[in-house]
Amino acid sequence: MAKTIWVLVEIEDGRPARSSLEVLSKAAHLGRAEAIVLGSAAATVAPSLGEFGAEKVYVHADPTYDTYLTLPAVDTISDLLQRQQPDLLLFPTTYDVRDIAARLSARHNLGLITDATDLRYEGEHLEVTVPWGGENVVVATHPYQGTGIVLARPKAFSVERFEGRQAEIEQLSVTLRSESQQMKILDRVEVQSDGPALEDASIIVSGGRGLGKPENYHLVEELATVLGGAPGATRAIVDAGWLPYSYQIGQTGKTVKPTLYIACGISGAIQHLAGMKGSKYIIAINKDEHAPIFSVADLGIVGDVLTILPQLIEEVKRRKAQL
Amino acid sequence: MKIFVCVKQIPDPNTVESKLDPATKRLVRTGVSLVLDPGDETTIAAAIKLRDSLGNSELTAISMGPASAQEALRRALAMGVDRAILISDPALAGSDVLGTARTLAAALKRENPDLIFCSTESTDGYTGMVPGAIAEFLGLPQLTFAREITVEGSKAVIKRVTQTGYEVVESPLPAVVTIASGSFEAIYPTMKGIMSARKKPFSQLSLSDLGLESSQVGEAGAREQILSIGKAEARAAGQIIKDEGNAAEIIADFLQRHQLL
Ligand SMILES: Cc1cc2nc3c(=O)[nH]c(=O)nc-3n(C[C@H](O)[C@H](O)[C@H](O)COP(=O)(O)OP(=O)(O)OC[C@H]3O[C@@H](n4cnc5c(N)ncnc54)[C@H](O)[C@@H]3O)c2cc1C
Ligand SMILES: Nc1ncnc2c1ncn2[C@@H]1O[C@H](COP(=O)(O)O)[C@@H](O)[C@H]1O
Repeated sequence: MAKTIWVLVEIEDGRPARSSLEVLSKAAHLGRAEAIVLGSAAATVAPSLGEFGAEKVYVHADPTYDTYLTLPAVDTISDLLQRQQPDLLLFPTTYDVRDIAARLSARHNLGLITDATDLRYEGEHLEVTVPWGGENVVVATHPYQGTGIVLARPKAFSVERFEGRQAEIEQLSVTLRSESQQMKILDRVEVQSDGPALEDASIIVSGGRGLGKPENYHLVEELATVLGGAPGATRAIVDAGWLPYSYQIGQTGKTVKPTLYIACGISGAIQHLAGMKGSKYIIAINKDEHAPIFSVADLGIVGDVLTILPQLIEEVKRRKAQL
Repeated sequence: MKIFVCVKQIPDPNTVESKLDPATKRLVRTGVSLVLDPGDETTIAAAIKLRDSLGNSELTAISMGPASAQEALRRALAMGVDRAILISDPALAGSDVLGTARTLAAALKRENPDLIFCSTESTDGYTGMVPGAIAEFLGLPQLTFAREITVEGSKAVIKRVTQTGYEVVESPLPAVVTIASGSFEAIYPTMKGIMSARKKPFSQLSLSDLGLESSQVGEAGAREQILSIGKAEARAAGQIIKDEGNAAEIIADFLQRHQLL
């Protein structure tokens, strides 16, 4: 029988978040995908979800979910779980969804597999692929009957269109508990950056501590600009305060999969590789020939970023002018 | 105020590539150097800072792990934590997120904490799920991914990191708070700190002290199972070239060849 898979769909700027749609598309391939969408924009987002694979959408358009973190959503999904037992909750890995998943797991004693990059059913059995350390993968499962939770790594799946699919919409009539309105968002502050968003850029030029000092980061920005890409960073220089967190790529930052990734003065720590290893082409510039970043590079240059970057910016400009 | 910080001992991420034993499917902990999770060091620094600013407060570090984990707790004490609790029991081996959180929650419950600090995620497991599960087991709110925390009266307010900036979030106490790694200056233990750590209260608990059944934790209680461990698809090794003044051209050629210009 087809497996029923629930996907919690987050809303970003009034639209379904890309990481949610990636997971929804995957769920639609695995079985019967049902979406849950909560918050004031939920009703406007819900009808479009059929096209991304949902057969059914549970909707609760209440602004409480936008103001109070985690608990209202946990309560609502818990109520739904009392009525129905899906085979799987397949959720995107975002900070908000992670918090929700952890509590659902504890409240209902549901097994939890995180950081999945693939999953499939072998007959009745779910098999989940999870990267482990630098080079290993683990295949794991929930060895029991009943609902399990899997959190998928961003960019593990691509967003697909299911032309003409229309989702049945069910409006949830839940009363939100006042005692769950505890973690209140008082303010949201955006730290804007120019250029294309890292997640969407097809070219990323990224810098690390090898740039030496914050004033040299402009070389990374300039190369990104001439290539029409976005600048990124390692955690080392984000932690050092050179740049805001939104630039950070890696395990605790963004996962990116551009066509081209240029790593400048980056050692290639496992936590950084976790966020960019999926890039189609990787070029690395590092003065240490043993830097681990070279193990994933298609083209590795052993040299000084501070000399090479200015030359490269000029060379790219020159060749672009000739095209 | 009674403040707690949950910390874990892990294989040193700077020198050890963490491995799973193909037979037991557990983390290899023997013969590798073990350290206090560097993420937890940041969290301890945040907790110490808050304790000192509040005054009249006690900070306790708590860890669930094998006997060796007392080293990690000793380091926490040397950094300035006041007291340590180690929960250690053979039945806890192989615990998953729920088993770990259930155990820590049971130990924390006995202490009536006002505030429980965790790291946003551990460096070895990085599920980031234990803190939320602890909060649920204790019926407490959770404030996650904090870069800053202030406590006013019976409320905590944090700056919570988001993809595009930050949110200001408040919650009543008691609460679980998770700290984003790197957001607080590390504290290095001084000689004096290390000496005084030996005299600080250190208690050890077993499963029966917590009133938990061995079927609820450890491998017996785990809700997930590892089926196999394999090698990830390696990227084909690329070309590595030493710059002899023509690196810019070599890179530009590569870009042109792959139509990236
Ligand atoms: C829990 C946890 C999560 C983490 N998450 C992330 C994450 O999401 N993203 C992330 O990036 N990191 C993350 N890290 C940190 C990670 O382990 C590394 O510390 C970090 O990626 C290193 O950044 P870096 O490469 O800029 O600096 P370094 O490791 O210091 O590397 C600098 C490199 O620059 C080279 N260099 C120096 N000068 C020059 C020059 N003139 N020209 C060319 N090359 C030069 C050096 O040879 C060196 O290889 C995490 C760590 C932990 C513990
Ligand atoms: N065995 C443990 N003992 C104490 N604290 C833990 C343990 N496991 C996880 N934690 C806490 O939960 C955080 C997140 O861990 P994880 O969910 O494994 O990524 C850690 O950084 C610790 O603060």
